[in-house]
Amino acid sequence: MTVRDKAPVTTRTGPLLFKIVMLALVDAGALFAMSILVTKGSYVAFTIMLLATVGINAIYLSKRALPAKYITPGVIFLAVFQVFVIGYTVYIAFTNYSTGHIISKGQAIEALLSQSQSRLPDSAQYPVTVVRDGSDLGFLVTSADGTALVGFADEPLHKVEASYDGAGKAVATSGTTTLSFGDILAVQQDVFDLAIPVSDSAADGTLRTQDGRSAFIYVSDLHYDAATDTLTNTATGVVYTDGGRGSFVDSDGNEILPGWQVAVGWHNFTSALSETSILGPLLRVIVWTLVFATLSVVLTFGLGLGISLLFDQRGMRGRTLYRIIMVLPYAFPAFLGALIWAGMLSKSFGFINQVLLGGAAVPWLTDPTMAKVAVLLVNLWLGFPYMFLVTTGALQAVPEEAVEAARMDGARPWQVMRYVKMPLVLVSTAPILISSFAFNFNNFNIIYLVTGGGPRDVSASIPVGHTDILISLVYKVAFTGQQRDYGLASAFSILIFILVATISIISFRKTKTLEEID
Amino acid sequence: MLMTKKSLVATVAVAASAMLLSACSSSDDSPTTTSAAPTTDTPAATTTLTVWVDAERADALAAVASDYEAATGIKVDIVSRDNATMKDDFMQQAGTGSGPDVVMGAHDWLGELTTNGVVAPVELGDSAANYLQVAVDAANYEGTVYMLPYGVENLAVLRNADLVAEPATSFDDMIAKGNAAGVEYPFIVQQGADGDPYHLYPFQTAFGAPVFGRDESGAYDPSQLELGNGAQFATWLASQGVNGTNIISTEITGDIATDKFLTGQAAFWLTGPWNVKAAVDAGINVVVDRIPSPTGDPAQPFAGVKGFFVNQYSQNKVAANDFLVNYLGTADVQKALYASGGVLPALKAAADEIASDPLVKGFKDAGEDAVPMPAIPEMGQVWQFWGVAEAQILNGADPVATWEKLTQDVQTAISGS
Repeated sequence: MTVRDKAPVTTRTGPLLFKIVMLALVDAGALFAMSILVTKGSYVAFTIMLLATVGINAIYLSKRALPAKYITPGVIFLAVFQVFVIGYTVYIAFTNYSTGHIISKGQAIEALLSQSQSRLPDSAQYPVTVVRDGSDLGFLVTSADGTALVGFADEPLHKVEASYDGAGKAVATSGTTTLSFGDILAVQQDVFDLAIPVSDSAADGTLRTQDGRSAFIYVSDLHYDAATDTLTNTATGVVYTDGGRGSFVDSDGNEILPGWQVAVGWHNFTSALSETSILGPLLRVIVWTLVFATLSVVLTFGLGLGISLLFDQRGMRGRTLYRIIMVLPYAFPAFLGALIWAGMLSKSFGFINQVLLGGAAVPWLTDPTMAKVAVLLVNLWLGFPYMFLVTTGALQAVPEEAVEAARMDGARPWQVMRYVKMPLVLVSTAPILISSFAFNFNNFNIIYLVTGGGPRDVSASIPVGHTDILISLVYKVAFTGQQRDYGLASAFSILIFILVATISIISFRKTKTLEEID
Repeated sequence: MLMTKKSLVATVAVAASAMLLSACSSSDDSPTTTSAAPTTDTPAATTTLTVWVDAERADALAAVASDYEAATGIKVDIVSRDNATMKDDFMQQAGTGSGPDVVMGAHDWLGELTTNGVVAPVELGDSAANYLQVAVDAANYEGTVYMLPYGVENLAVLRNADLVAEPATSFDDMIAKGNAAGVEYPFIVQQGADGDPYHLYPFQTAFGAPVFGRDESGAYDPSQLELGNGAQFATWLASQGVNGTNIISTEITGDIATDKFLTGQAAFWLTGPWNVKAAVDAGINVVVDRIPSPTGDPAQPFAGVKGFFVNQYSQNKVAANDFLVNYLGTADVQKALYASGGVLPALKAAADEIASDPLVKGFKDAGEDAVPMPAIPEMGQVWQFWGVAEAQILNGADPVATWEKLTQDVQTAISGS
């Protein structure tokens, strides 16, 4: 470390103090986070947090562990932004997390029972006063004819003597305390859940209030039996049991929703690969994705390399200016660029057809083939400056002696290019080409912004378009419309990951052999 | 060991990630619930309602919420959210207990929200009669009301009164009047490459082909797919497309339609109340008319109803329901919401008062024919095929065959789901 060489021993207290302050800040933040985690009952997260904090302190307070001091921040970022995200995606891929299956089982039962409550037809609206008798809450209601009725959870509604306010609403009765609206709010969960039987017969329904001011008689035709874990529709007699797939089903397999989130094993993977309605379009999309990613890399690299060769001529005037102009599309926000291109490519109103092509009606975005060409062209425009920059750097790094030696040996310019410059450029840019391929394989933005995946493939029974690549297909299947399926989407993502990883590994192997030959 | 530049960066990074960890794991530290221990002497002021609203209406609601706090002691925390992600965020957070108590939304969310079990029923009680019928119908899902409606939106026809003095009596009359005015576009309606069935629905209903039939309670019945009755409509649509008059074109997007009307190049414009302000600001002499029908039957647009939902897992449901039914359901609040968003109030009293403005009255009158947009999940299967089929018909595909394929695709998707 350079600092150690230059700084005398006596000045070390300053940086040490700084280190302690920074660590204290980290610890304070961590303590705050841990206190929240404990109150929320997230003990797993708490333990991880605690271990991480102790580890960080140990590493930075220790006099050794120099490598760890460098690696730790990276590891933490890796864990938070990569490992956790991937792990969570894998976890979701094995669950039925989707529309109708986003809550827990207990919550689903609560929701089903609450949705089944319906107001007794033609029943009255009762002004209600919430009263308390000892620890029991009850409702004091005024019926239409002015008589007062009181009831508790275990005591059906019955007539009672009461005192009334100016508007004729019963507000107090002997033996009970009347709750003000403020008092009700303090126990609002109990008041909201309170159901007072109207009579001894359950069929007459129960009296409930939602706002603490008016009460209504509700009847429910759904009953939950905790002992057998079944829901019974009391009107039809149908019994629903836990079907094992995160919902209650009747004996014919008809499910009622909301359901809940459960693990479903490999179900998402098998349905992605076995359902013909998904598989057919999926295979076509995979082919186009490969074509799109490959052509994107080849075209951008070709154009970038061509231009950088052009500007590699020493003594060319205004070279820097040309280079700056060439890099402009790269400096321009890609989102904006893609959107502007989408507008310019419009068939009847776009700049390209109207001005550049003199009113030609080229269906850039609406014809299946032209839309593919359009997407590739826009991606070429967005992508070549990067390749231009990279290859310019690589060309400049080609040792002058090697070129000179080739010339001395009598090589023509083309041969110098083919046998000296190109291999050297390729060796240094090959990893970039592979990562560019992986990037374009999942280049959601350009597809989404330029064509939206369209034009729609009307022969397919799922909403897929002719320019959809895998990732935009996943997006459409999983995140649009009313039937979201996050589990299936995660399974798709993992399949995409496997595809990209396989291709990348093979490519890296290939480049390694390239280097060895070199 | 000395503090080098790198270890300084490292420490900052650790601090940042520690913060991040805590932010991730405690995203639910917003003060949603404060229902204290069940003692009667707890002051009511500890109750705080968290309400998610779109940015447009946040200020108006914050103002009325402070009045509510003064009256009841319940603090209302208005959180401005992005309308595009509000529904998804709400569905994901409601079950974890960290969502808001109340969320603002539209009635066509109902299918998803109830299927996911994240909204609680809202009892309007006898006050239901105070709302426009279409609003109450829309707030009702499978016989239960889940939403306190505050606004109703529907399409109508905007007429440039400097070009055409009299309202059109029928679709053909509208085109004739528009042509007589000598503008390039007698009538303009937004479509797009994938069609726009929402904006064509009034004409479709005029041919007696709604998407779904309704049961006796007025609720949409997914088993009664009536889309198939639309062969006549499809034929008519084809006659307005590229092989016919080309009055309805997939080339005309929302932006283009807006531009043509605002620059005086279109006489009639089928659009919603959200575009009225732009037309008035552009100096157009705007009159709002009912939608002229291509047949003898009324052209019924979809009505979109806006409202408020209660989180099923809120710990403050009494306060939330009181805020909705007894406060947001009052004329003053509904008028305040109208003032900020320009959506016709769902409460009759407020709607009648505001309808003294002829532009609002135009939409209100056009809305008398409106039907709620179906909120049933099956509607999702319709949307994905509907617009594309209409776009094909406009672009010259065989209308009857295309419409039959549309009906089949939708039927297959519904029975398969």
